[in-house]
Amino acid sequence: MKHTISVLVENKPGVLSRISSLFSARGFNIDSLAVGETEQHDISRMTIVVKGDEKILEQVMKQLNKLIDVIKVNDFVDQPHLERDLVLIKVNAEKGKRSEILEIADIFRAKIVDVATNSLIVEMTGDEEKILALVSLLKPFGIKEMVRTGIVAMGRG
Amino acid sequence: MKLTGAKIFLESLIKENVEIMFGIPGGALLPTFDVLYEAPIKFILTRHEQGAAHMADGYARATGKVGVCIATSGPGATNLTTGLATANMDSVPVVAFTGQVATHLVGNDAFQEADTTGVTRSITKYNYLVKDIKELARTIKEAFHIARSGRPGPVLVDLPVDVQRGSCEFVYPKEIDIRSYKPTYEGHPQQIKKAVELISEAEKAVIYAGGGVISSGASGELRELAKATRIPVTLTLMGMGGFPAEDELFLGMLGMHGTYFANQAIQNSDLIIAVGARFDDRITGRLDAFAPKAKVIHIDIDPTSISKNVKVDVPIVGDAKNVVKEMNKLLSKLGVRNLEKRERWLKQISQWKKDNPLTYKRDGKLRPQFVVEKIYEVTEGKAIITTEVGQNQMWAQQFYKYNYPRHFITSGGLGTMGFGFPAAIGAKLGKPDKIVFDIAGDGSFQMNIQEMATAVNNKVGVKVAILNNGYLGMVRQWQQLFYNKRYSATDLTANPDFVKIAEAYGAVGIRVSEKGEVEHALKKAISIDGPVILDFLVEREENVFPMVPVGASLDEVIRGLA
Repeated sequence: MKHTISVLVENKPGVLSRISSLFSARGFNIDSLAVGETEQHDISRMTIVVKGDEKILEQVMKQLNKLIDVIKVNDFVDQPHLERDLVLIKVNAEKGKRSEILEIADIFRAKIVDVATNSLIVEMTGDEEKILALVSLLKPFGIKEMVRTGIVAMGRG
Repeated sequence: MKLTGAKIFLESLIKENVEIMFGIPGGALLPTFDVLYEAPIKFILTRHEQGAAHMADGYARATGKVGVCIATSGPGATNLTTGLATANMDSVPVVAFTGQVATHLVGNDAFQEADTTGVTRSITKYNYLVKDIKELARTIKEAFHIARSGRPGPVLVDLPVDVQRGSCEFVYPKEIDIRSYKPTYEGHPQQIKKAVELISEAEKAVIYAGGGVISSGASGELRELAKATRIPVTLTLMGMGGFPAEDELFLGMLGMHGTYFANQAIQNSDLIIAVGARFDDRITGRLDAFAPKAKVIHIDIDPTSISKNVKVDVPIVGDAKNVVKEMNKLLSKLGVRNLEKRERWLKQISQWKKDNPLTYKRDGKLRPQFVVEKIYEVTEGKAIITTEVGQNQMWAQQFYKYNYPRHFITSGGLGTMGFGFPAAIGAKLGKPDKIVFDIAGDGSFQMNIQEMATAVNNKVGVKVAILNNGYLGMVRQWQQLFYNKRYSATDLTANPDFVKIAEAYGAVGIRVSEKGEVEHALKKAISIDGPVILDFLVEREENVFPMVPVGASLDEVIRGLA
């Protein structure tokens, strides 16, 4: 099971390293990790997607809380929340196929941000489901390269 | 007033009431050592930084104060790592300072540079690299605070040499508030109530206490709890001395080399009251077979220890002393039921004790267990005992009765050979009026043997009792029991003459090869002022029993080979 954890940390050098060391040392599986400043310059927020069962998640949360630079840990599993990930996909696009790709992008409200002779770069933000759907529709054209920022999340309301 | 970084460092240590520090100077620490030259803090120059780290650790464990060590950049810092990992695993308050190359050279592969904070990140409770001299005083105050509060642990502060040379206004902060670090000291009253209800109803309860009882100073409260409820007490290696070994309710240690009756008690219990212990694998044996009928109350200051290995029914996060005190108060109000059934449980346990005491072959040969028993007798159980790791460690725990906390100092979590001797030096410097013995193996003692110079130089009268069997004993035992006696790389027959080594360092060495000579040798050693090495030539293939092999449950005890 995948869990999205949001961690408020001190914005100091070494904090990212400390957290990823924690995960690797304890054998927790990170699916994705995104970090950036919050509305307070000296506090950053990390959004981590972890794979594991209840018992593993409990240990992950506790171990994170134990770290001196960690201010607060939130698990979104039972809370209504939003998840967004930004993806850039470079798709093969020969002359005839371009309009089909544009149609798909349109349906997903994705943007075309780069055009070259034989390829297009599609940019989209969405949750995991939406991204997987876009990727599966673009796959038949041939995906040359893909990069994701990783999920960021926020509680609703 | 404007001071240099090195001066700020010294003044901050004085503000923290540091009386002694251990270490070795180097290029990256020249400004600091110049300031230490006439400082009111006693400086112990060691012969290896690992020795310094273990000395700071032993000092902290014996006194309850924060131990301080210092090493230069690069190899000096990396030599501290085993000592830091040892303190980390056993939750000991130590602050380590390391020199570092100048800030503009950090990350440049400069001479004697190492990524100290990177290397020590996972083996310290926290660490700092001070890049701005204005942060120095506050960083030091934070470091001491973090080391000694909550679940104690080692903290490292890396000091670039230009920061040591810099200058700024010295202001030592009055208070420290770390918004992301707020340990819980008071147990939740609802949880305490639930626990006390379980305790007052239980028929076959066992108290399982560990290092947290020592760190918290909770041995008085623990004794009160046990006496009021007539519940027997078993201790981990780290908790030894937290409950008097001579008390009738004491079960000895449990786990892999625990007593048969302690393991039987915990396996058949209906309630385990865990205080300041973490259900380590050396204690539980196979987890799915551990104490199958017991409910578990777990009191610990670190929430990550609770429900990590064993499912807990009543978790109580808090300081052991505070929580047990509250429990005692509530218990005296509620009263204890089932007193008859409890006496039955105690009778059953004493039957197990009678049928399976801790024992060894008592014949004319010089056996290591006998040496430990004699040390206990001669010191009247009042000495501070440090140990190395392996068979020596297990016998030191089994055959010396520890009645007071902070009198048994051993590397339990990491199991670091070479820990005992420098730790003994640190302990003796912290408690100069105590007799201090390092019970050692011939393998372990050689790992920090160079600290003989430190002991002699500073007139630190520790007594090293080497249980010399010419083997890496514990590994040899496993090879005997599980690998068909294939003693691969465990034979130490190229050992030096330890008596000559003592004399070469200007100390006294005494060799003992007969049972009848032991007592006299011990008394002589104690009467000598300075450090003494006692070389006891013991039975080579003696084994530690009982033993629960890895992967076995606590019921599957090997009682002995006889």
